[in-house]
Amino acid sequence: MITIKDYALPDTLEEAYNLLNKKRSNTVLGGGAFLRLGSKKIGTAIDLSKLMLDAIEETDEFIEIGAMVTFRQVETDPVLKKFANGILSQAVKNIVGVQLRNIATVGATVYSRYGFSDFITALLALDTKVLLHKRGLMRLDEFLADGAKNDILVKVIINKTGRKAAFNMMRNSQSDYAILNVAVSRLADDWKVIIGARPHRAAIAYEASKYLSGSDLTGESVQQAATIASKELSFGTNIKGSREYRRKISTALVKRAVLEVLA
Amino acid sequence: MRVVNSPVSKIDGMQIATGAPVYTDDLVNNALVIKLLRSPHAFARIKSIDIERAKKVDGVEYIFTYQDVPKKRFTVAGQSYPEPSPYDRLILDEYVRYVGDEVAIVVAETEKAALKAMKFIKVEYEVLEPVLDFETAMNHPIVVHPEDNLEVNFDIGMQKGKNIVAAYKFEVGDVEAELKKCDTVVEETYYSQAQAHAMMETYRAFSYMDHNGRLNVVSSTQVPFHVRRIMARALDIPKSTVRIIKPRIGGGFGGKQTAVMEFFPAFVTWATGKPAKLVYDRKETFSCTNSRHAMRIKVKIGSDKEGNIEVIDIEALSDTGAFGEHASTVFPLVAEKTLPLYNRVKASRFEGQAVYTNKMPGGALRGYGATQGAFAVETAINKLASVLKVDPITLREKNLIKVGEEHPILHGATTKPSALTSSTLDKCIARGKQLINWDAKYPREIIDDTKVRGLGMAVTMQGSGIANIDTASAEIKLNDDGFYTLLFGATDMGTGCDTILSQMAAEVLDISMDRIIVNSCDTDISPYDPGSYASSTTYVTGNAVIKAAEDIRQQIINKGAEFLGLAPKSTQFEGGIVKSSDGNKEISLNEIAQRLSSSEGQDQLIGKGTFGSETSPPPFIAGFAEVEVDKETGQVDLINYVAVIDCGTLINPKLARIQAEGGLVQGIGMALFEDVIYTDKGKMATNTFMNYKIPSRKDIGKIIVEFEPSYEPTGPFGAKSIGEIVINTPAPAIAHAIYNAVGVFVTSLPITPEKILEFGHPQGAYPKL
Amino acid sequence: MKISVTINNKPAEFDVMPDEYLADSLRRYGYLSIRKGCDTGSCGLCTVWLDDKPILSCSVLSMRAMGKQITTIEGVKEEAKECAQYLVGEGAEQCGFCSPGLIMTILAMKRELVNPTEQDIVHYLNGNLCRCTGYVGQLRAVKKYLGVE
Ligand SMILES: Cc1cc2nc3c(=O)[nH]c(=O)nc-3n(C[C@H](O)[C@H](O)[C@H](O)COP(=O)(O)OP(=O)(O)OC[C@H]3O[C@@H](n4cnc5c(N)ncnc54)[C@H](O)[C@@H]3O)c2cc1C
Repeated sequence: MITIKDYALPDTLEEAYNLLNKKRSNTVLGGGAFLRLGSKKIGTAIDLSKLMLDAIEETDEFIEIGAMVTFRQVETDPVLKKFANGILSQAVKNIVGVQLRNIATVGATVYSRYGFSDFITALLALDTKVLLHKRGLMRLDEFLADGAKNDILVKVIINKTGRKAAFNMMRNSQSDYAILNVAVSRLADDWKVIIGARPHRAAIAYEASKYLSGSDLTGESVQQAATIASKELSFGTNIKGSREYRRKISTALVKRAVLEVLA
Repeated sequence: MRVVNSPVSKIDGMQIATGAPVYTDDLVNNALVIKLLRSPHAFARIKSIDIERAKKVDGVEYIFTYQDVPKKRFTVAGQSYPEPSPYDRLILDEYVRYVGDEVAIVVAETEKAALKAMKFIKVEYEVLEPVLDFETAMNHPIVVHPEDNLEVNFDIGMQKGKNIVAAYKFEVGDVEAELKKCDTVVEETYYSQAQAHAMMETYRAFSYMDHNGRLNVVSSTQVPFHVRRIMARALDIPKSTVRIIKPRIGGGFGGKQTAVMEFFPAFVTWATGKPAKLVYDRKETFSCTNSRHAMRIKVKIGSDKEGNIEVIDIEALSDTGAFGEHASTVFPLVAEKTLPLYNRVKASRFEGQAVYTNKMPGGALRGYGATQGAFAVETAINKLASVLKVDPITLREKNLIKVGEEHPILHGATTKPSALTSSTLDKCIARGKQLINWDAKYPREIIDDTKVRGLGMAVTMQGSGIANIDTASAEIKLNDDGFYTLLFGATDMGTGCDTILSQMAAEVLDISMDRIIVNSCDTDISPYDPGSYASSTTYVTGNAVIKAAEDIRQQIINKGAEFLGLAPKSTQFEGGIVKSSDGNKEISLNEIAQRLSSSEGQDQLIGKGTFGSETSPPPFIAGFAEVEVDKETGQVDLINYVAVIDCGTLINPKLARIQAEGGLVQGIGMALFEDVIYTDKGKMATNTFMNYKIPSRKDIGKIIVEFEPSYEPTGPFGAKSIGEIVINTPAPAIAHAIYNAVGVFVTSLPITPEKILEFGHPQGAYPKL
Repeated sequence: MKISVTINNKPAEFDVMPDEYLADSLRRYGYLSIRKGCDTGSCGLCTVWLDDKPILSCSVLSMRAMGKQITTIEGVKEEAKECAQYLVGEGAEQCGFCSPGLIMTILAMKRELVNPTEQDIVHYLNGNLCRCTGYVGQLRAVKKYLGVE
């Protein structure tokens, strides 16, 4: 059970940021669904509700998803349902139920860099940057590698490069966390292969991506790319599945995602 | 039949569905809140507990430790007296025997204060090495219950020093000799997990002292009368000082057949005089209450070339965890509900033990050992079919018990051999075979390079109540106007027994159900009933209700005749009223009731009935699964599940169907998703719905239920039970379907995708089919 | 902390703790139809609407309801009764403990989805666990209630 002493609704990002950095126990709230699973002793809870971060906006070049956008918004947004073969909508669709998806936020998920995340895996297959209040704009892969401290994620910005993409995952019970999730995208000759929930956080399979980018894309080379991906990334064991099992199924999932993009 | 065998809605349905505040926690007023400090160690002795600082926390009223509680050991198993479960518990003990075992009771004004205080309790433990692996628990150098004041009511085969709680053996014929004569013998070891009940309403109870100085406990329990006895023993007070009230229950599934936590508020109230409540959270419910007994079951089946089964030999080892609730009674059902199905064998044997370990105790869960047995024995039968290369349906048709035939343990171990009085199992199999389209689809259908569909099946039986033990009573009184009150102690936990028992009374009294008020359960008022478990309520309490209704009907006829100035035999009972045989004179029920409850009649009518049975007639079910297996990931999609059931007459077809569908899905969960994982330190890791996955709506495929009712001569209106049997077939039928799809018999539950890959193709290829 | 909310179409003031979740506040204020089943946001029992969207009241801080509209089953009584009749008609309320949360999700779905298919229904309701019914009867009931073939 978490405890919270004070509750603040700052009017500006700067105010929120200053409050966050004033005391170590001060904490930003997203939807609050994940925080509550822990036992954090929070000084001031910082609610970003007044900062108008709950919109999905499309411009000619970008799609911008505000930090307070919920997964249900991502799932049902008409633009995201189509963009990049709808993989962002697809990725969040199976997370528990509508009621939780009406709570869980984009900002919290990306900022927390959860290993199990379906959304991050899909985002990483696209040309994505994150905007942090202090650090500024960063590529998603760099952010995932470094993380941030005491910052606030303001929005996620996706470059509309026109990638074709596919997402798939392995869940035993459909309402469970993914044992493994995979996203693959293609922009002309440039391929990206992402594997997440390994259970470590999502990562780009660079070798496999490179291999695909230079290959003839026959059935054999797709299989080869999938094998490379399963070898280059590390896998681990947790309650949902073993390292060996994850490695075994990664080949199949990557292969299927590539074929889906090619279809 | 008018009311019986019709799909009436549950009498409490609209109220509970729309959120009426009628469950335990909705009824609490001004009670102190209890929180329990729990052991972080799987096995330890408490060297010292310092509660001084904790007591000073604002809002904290009391803290109790093992030094403050009665020293008389008891069991929390809800069973008829004398309980076969050992008296191996104290309210709080110097030893803690599993991670989560209770160390201290904190009582405070608010939950927050109690939680805060808990952090200030300093406990010094002598940490002991725990016994975590039940397969090596027997004869282990570490003894889980070293105390010498542990008691048993009668010999259950306990050898405490060896961690054996109970042992049981049964043999007919010469198994070893007959095995030698068999053409084919299959042999396998099966494992079934410690499934969780996962009822939506967690465990909860509150207590208070009443105006007569008696202890009142309101609890979400399946067994109010057993809880009364358990409280009396745990607190070492007379039973007459205890009253148990059961409001609506948010699901039980056997979990609430064990009084896992009522004794905490009861103790606090008794010790302090103050009202107290305890509501378990989901983690406590998963990891500090009870579950199905995990088991290892070895099965050997021998047959001749033609598939005549000659021998069945079963060995079971049951993990009862830290306390022996239901330890001695669950594992024998592995045999009692499987061996009688194949009654033509020349020899059969069962030998089993239940052992103590340092894990959460096992208990009663829908199926009660029969489920574990069905998985093992039915899977072995299916394996035999595949070895003999015969259709598993043909194999069963050859060997299954038929009406009129006997088996020594058909009605349980304690009964005389007696014949099977009702069964349509053959019809269930035939109908199920059609519904699943067996002839076209068995054994498999290749969908594409990676996906294969397979078909599988299993049959099973359960009982209807416990023969020679379960005895229930019911009362019906005619009120001061023309309506009745039906009283019994069976506990509707969503099952709808308040409704179906009232249907039975309405049938006998030839009156509409809205003229019957149902009251259950308050141990001060209700007639004795063991409670709702062992598939007993429809059969046992139902028969008691019929007796009570017939009793009062006769009294009404007598009184009606008297008021009409006729002899009873010159009257008829019709439409709930008494008429002269020629139909010219009649007297309404209202009038009879009013006159009897006035100074004129001075004779309020009360009918009573008590029923216990010498038999436990088995319901039957044939289950058929169609699965699609992804060979590359091991993922199993359940496409269709067909179940055809013989539960005798359907008292309420609608509620029977829902029982069946719900039980099947619980069985599907057990087959595919519900994994129980302990860390190597003995902590349960699967203690939330995030990690213990009960099936969701998307996990279950299409479920098709039909009935083939037989007529059970000893049953109420010909009925048998339905509550438990429905959980038994999914595990073996799904295991079989997966085998038929990819050639792999996974022998441990749940059958996860990972196991299918691991068993299936360590070298990247499934066996050739 | 005092917050102004609209509950079931009536303005109200709630006095809540900053770390109190909406399910607890609501029960404290007498809305006893709200049930808690899991403590992790997994079961859907505590579903209410916040500004007409179904949410898990166990996972939303009460402070978040500030200035918003809360709807519990008590606030949509007639409609809930109608829906319940279909559930009860199939016997699919069983123990009833999860029914209020399920009905709140069904009613939200009715508002949100136009002509849902069986698949849409299953997807929308997937966050509502039930251990009694096996879901099949609930699906029969919802399809009849919404007139889905
Ligand atoms: C029961 C359950 C099951 C789930 N299953 C899945 C699943 O299967 N797949 C999946 O991908 N996800 C799953 N999730 C995770 C979910 O999708 C969200 O990722 C998660 O709940 C975080 O979102 P939130 O808004 O609730 O975060 P919160 O609890 O509000 O916050 C989480 C953390 O992020 C910080 N934070 C929040 N917003 C910001 C911000 N703008 N800037 C900086 N820091 C911030 C908070 O301080 C906190 O430390 C599950 C969650 C739950 C509760």
